[in-house]
Amino acid sequence: MKVVGKPLPKVDAAAKVTGRAVYADDMLPARTLHCRILRSPHPHARIVSIDTSAARRIPGVLAVITGADLPIKFGILPVTQDERALEHEKVRYVGDPVAAVAAVEEEIAAGACDAIRVEYEVLEPVMSIEAALGTPKDERIQDYGGPNNIHKFVALEFGDLDGGFARAKHVREDVFFYQGNTHLPMEQHSAIATYVDGKLTLWSSTQVVHYVHRALSRVLELPMHRIRVIGAAHGGGFGGKTDPFAHEIIVSKLAMITGRPVKCTLTREEVFYAHRGRHPVLMWVRTGVDDEGRITAMHFRTALDGGAYGSYGVASTFYTGVLQTVTYDIPAYRFEGCRVFTNKPPCGPKRGHGTPQPRFGLELHLEKIAHDVGMDPAELKRRNFVQPYTRAVNWLRITSCGLEECTQRVLDASGYAKRERRPGHGMGFAISSYLSGAGTAIYWNDMPHSEVQIKVDRGGVTVYCGAMDIGQGSDSVLATIVAEELGLQPADVRLVTADTDTTPIDLGSYSSRVTFMAGNAALEAARKMRTLLVEAVEGSGKKYEEVTFEEASILGEARFGTLTTAGSYTPPKIAGPYKGSGVGPSPAYSYSACVVDVDADPRTGLVKVNKVWIAHDVGRAINPLLVEGQVEGSVYMGLGEALMEEQVFRKGLHKWPSMLEYKSPTFLDMTEVETFIVETVDKEGPYGAKEAGQGPLLPVPPALCAAVYDALGVWIDEIPVTPEKVIEALRRKEKGEQPRYGPPRFPAIPYPPTIKVDPPAKDMDRAATPAV
Amino acid sequence: MREEIARDVERVVVNVDVNGENRDVLVPVHKTLLEVLREDLQLTGTKHGCELGECGTCTVLVDGKPELSCLLLPIQLRGRAITTIEGMADGSHMHPLQTAFAELGAAQCGYCTPGILLSARSLLEVNPRPTRDEIREALAGNLCRCTGYVKILEAIELAAGRMA
Amino acid sequence: MLRLPRFKFLRPKDAREAARMAAELGPRAMFVAGGTDLYPKLKRRQFEIDTLIGLDFLPREVRNGSDVCAIGAATTLADASKNPHVVQRFGGYAEAAGVVSSPPLRNAGTIGGNLCVDTRCNYYDMTYEWRKAAGFCLKKDGDICLVAPSSPRCWAVSSSDTAPMAIALDAMVTLVGADGEREAPVAALYRDDGIEYLGKAPSEVVTELRLTAAPGTRSVYIKLRRRGSIDFPIAGAAVAARIDGDVVAGCKLVLSAVASHPLQATAAEQFLKGRRLDAETITEAAEIAAKPAKPLDNADLSHFWRKRMVRVVVEQALERIRDQDNGLDR
Repeated sequence: MKVVGKPLPKVDAAAKVTGRAVYADDMLPARTLHCRILRSPHPHARIVSIDTSAARRIPGVLAVITGADLPIKFGILPVTQDERALEHEKVRYVGDPVAAVAAVEEEIAAGACDAIRVEYEVLEPVMSIEAALGTPKDERIQDYGGPNNIHKFVALEFGDLDGGFARAKHVREDVFFYQGNTHLPMEQHSAIATYVDGKLTLWSSTQVVHYVHRALSRVLELPMHRIRVIGAAHGGGFGGKTDPFAHEIIVSKLAMITGRPVKCTLTREEVFYAHRGRHPVLMWVRTGVDDEGRITAMHFRTALDGGAYGSYGVASTFYTGVLQTVTYDIPAYRFEGCRVFTNKPPCGPKRGHGTPQPRFGLELHLEKIAHDVGMDPAELKRRNFVQPYTRAVNWLRITSCGLEECTQRVLDASGYAKRERRPGHGMGFAISSYLSGAGTAIYWNDMPHSEVQIKVDRGGVTVYCGAMDIGQGSDSVLATIVAEELGLQPADVRLVTADTDTTPIDLGSYSSRVTFMAGNAALEAARKMRTLLVEAVEGSGKKYEEVTFEEASILGEARFGTLTTAGSYTPPKIAGPYKGSGVGPSPAYSYSACVVDVDADPRTGLVKVNKVWIAHDVGRAINPLLVEGQVEGSVYMGLGEALMEEQVFRKGLHKWPSMLEYKSPTFLDMTEVETFIVETVDKEGPYGAKEAGQGPLLPVPPALCAAVYDALGVWIDEIPVTPEKVIEALRRKEKGEQPRYGPPRFPAIPYPPTIKVDPPAKDMDRAATPAV
Repeated sequence: MREEIARDVERVVVNVDVNGENRDVLVPVHKTLLEVLREDLQLTGTKHGCELGECGTCTVLVDGKPELSCLLLPIQLRGRAITTIEGMADGSHMHPLQTAFAELGAAQCGYCTPGILLSARSLLEVNPRPTRDEIREALAGNLCRCTGYVKILEAIELAAGRMA
Repeated sequence: MLRLPRFKFLRPKDAREAARMAAELGPRAMFVAGGTDLYPKLKRRQFEIDTLIGLDFLPREVRNGSDVCAIGAATTLADASKNPHVVQRFGGYAEAAGVVSSPPLRNAGTIGGNLCVDTRCNYYDMTYEWRKAAGFCLKKDGDICLVAPSSPRCWAVSSSDTAPMAIALDAMVTLVGADGEREAPVAALYRDDGIEYLGKAPSEVVTELRLTAAPGTRSVYIKLRRRGSIDFPIAGAAVAARIDGDVVAGCKLVLSAVASHPLQATAAEQFLKGRRLDAETITEAAEIAAKPAKPLDNADLSHFWRKRMVRVVVEQALERIRDQDNGLDR
């Protein structure tokens, strides 16, 4: 291959390094008005009245709106349409939007917000999972779900659980807690809208123009063809810009009212309230192993603190239970999940969506079992690895799988087996897996998940696709694939992406889906284009390889007229035959393994990470530079979560919604990373490619905790691993108590009866493995 | 806050020396350099992530040294030379640091990149062959959420090697 | 984005004029030098002023005399931390200046500003909207302390890195007021109160820091914070000591970020005098030093852990003093 697999610069690299990429907040069209949003100061309250008259009288204020102007509810999932752009009945967290102002200057808009009088009837806030499970003192946060403040239950069982536990030689139970944290993109969310000729145009820092498009249409009651959503250059998402947001709807409404461009850029504090970040998750897990350390059965329970709204929460709840089976061969598996509403900013998808928490619990749990039975943890895990091209007990279809190779690479490189035994030093090992795109769409439909058009004229190639490049390089991946097929360089390919007027649908940059899905769509379109060009060139008596691309395109245009082709991608229908099977299936899973090396100081509890070795099975690296960048960034974010990042609350408020107090690791806190790319060449991925953006985060927190145990002999069963927790665990160890810091128990949750599902035949796909 | 906006705005003409160009701008005295660059001079390459001096995104060079434009008033900068990302390339010829960042994928979302490039340029001017630890120290005020800093470190080393 | 409130900007030509302006305007006005502490707090509306008095006239150079090393108040923290005379003679001060916040902040922030840096509390260092939601506190607009609701006083924490070190070095400052100039020990600049934390008149301008030290004085500053950069101290130890043979002839030990003022550990200083800096002495001195430290739940990480860490930073500082004496350090 000529360009696939080469470490080429990104197609937009020059724009990014010269400051010329235009982000949403960089746009300032003539007559732009500035919008600020008034937010709730109460975690839970009914709105009695809103008086905007004083705000309206302020010179420079052009419009003030409240929830009465935008009463229609929306939400990312069809089953949880529970948000309003502005609330006029009830607020559910400190930061819930209540009113908005458009003014000639931002400071005037801010002053006008301060002049709005809102009368509240304050309700008892619900600030923890335990509290949400109990009877509400005043009233429930949402009027659906239940009992109490429970939002969603999942209860599924696959295979013979009782039989599995019965034949186990050793059974262990553990409880873990993973604190919530947030994406903290460097760019604060920003959107700017215009309304001209009865058409609304919105530029936004979003990961999914399509979902924003749908939400705008619903709330503004405008048909989709009168709305255009364009993804501006993107300053970082990590899942945090995957929901449609209030400010996007608000600026649109204000543009319609004022007839002028309206912009809203959230303050950093507001970004913490927009959130949709990592759910705090309590976990309980019970596993049986046989004489040889093979898993016989596993029972996994989770409780998610969802915050005040649904967001992606139903999917998140499933995700805390489904992917356990795609790394380890679990013959019998029971999963019970529960998401609760609390009076906090809503949680949603953050890098790894719902799976870093159970991955942390599962990996540490197996680590402990290995210690119980006197086996090396890496060896115990290896004995349980899934095999490629099999079906898991919960029907998830596993295709290419590089677990074994990833493991070997990091164990060898780190010298894990022969690690230095000095006081305070330790190494930990963990593995993980992640989706290459969700196999089912957020709203049920039979249409493709990604569509690509290619136009060739006079030697130029343009690729059109709704996918949004959020910095991960999806534009470069599309260009590389098309260039490879047509015999060009990626830099030769023009791109039009993430514009609902001009590009065909792509479901957006989330769930690690773009390379796999838009990549396959681009591959199909490019191959069709190549076929046309080859036919035209050969029709003139030459060979495609002998002529320039310009000649080929001229011959093609002359022969066929306008040269356009299209490709699309629809994931295979591989979900299991049970309700709830839609979350988890993916056309392919990536695999990672990592070793973390630490020095932990028993006097201070401080953990210093010396190095991380990580191997990632990406199927095929379409651009190894981009893959390494995703892996390194994932390790960084994983270490941040493992050691310091936490979205926590005090007295109903976010404790520290600032970049100073929310601790994001600096250059001096980041360690050396050695990355190994493992290529298993997946049969369905474009050129064999799978995901790279999320999976490599997952093994980092558990590997770090395993390393801390290796170093100090204490288990920190709770993320993040702060020094005070280490000190407390060491104190307990010294006193002869359990050498552990973590949640003492898992709450009693009234899970519904489990739905029992028969497992599939392990090799059910083998005969019918499709080849692309 | 609502009382503040009733106050008179004191406007001043400030001469800003930015990227070698001298510009007179009439600005409210309370407007920060960040706002003046982005909103009055259309130099939107300078980004912002907190406006409180906590993230480093809005870094510009003042007389060659990195400072945070969100915490500077133009009125206090008379006679001092400002360099923004727009002034880093020589026309269409990119600075070696920019080239290295592009080649190694050191810019992912690119939002922290202008500030980091300027900090790196300042470092290489006083210390042309920094060790990795010296780079970390010099850039410790610039947060990045995408890269894990690895490719940034490599790119700065690559550029330093080429510039030597 | 967060913006500054509207204000007038006055540009006095010297300190005397600045002091007169401040005296005349009273609490409506504040001084600004580097602005790295002031501007964020103005953006968060922690100060309500309508006038700023620019201190751009202040000297920003280091004059190194045989007895006194005089550092102009507008010298940036970066310049002070790298000045060869400061590094050589007052290593601890250079260290302290060099670990304030982050590199770009140190290029703007001044040494005078860091001496006067506002006390901090994570109920106070928040935006106007957040504080309004939380309920305003004693230090600004409210009538209770949110950290210690039954307390009649404010417990905001002294968060200067350079102040404890300057006190340990017996440094002096020059203060210019509307009616004249005076010299004061840096130690006299602080009061044990989260609100009225400065012992100078609000209209007095710090124009110079004067470092003097007896020959053979060693100095060290150890700062504890969560990250390697950006963060304020959550504990710190500044030590200046004279070692005679292998015995401590004199020693000053001042803690950062454990009280509303830089906390001098006098009992530990007395304990150390005349003793050899062996492991046992260091442990015991650290124990004594940490006793009066009273961290509260208003900064990063738990106050129990921070309290424990006071001992550790003191030990680390004393170990470094000892090793310098042995020629092991620097």
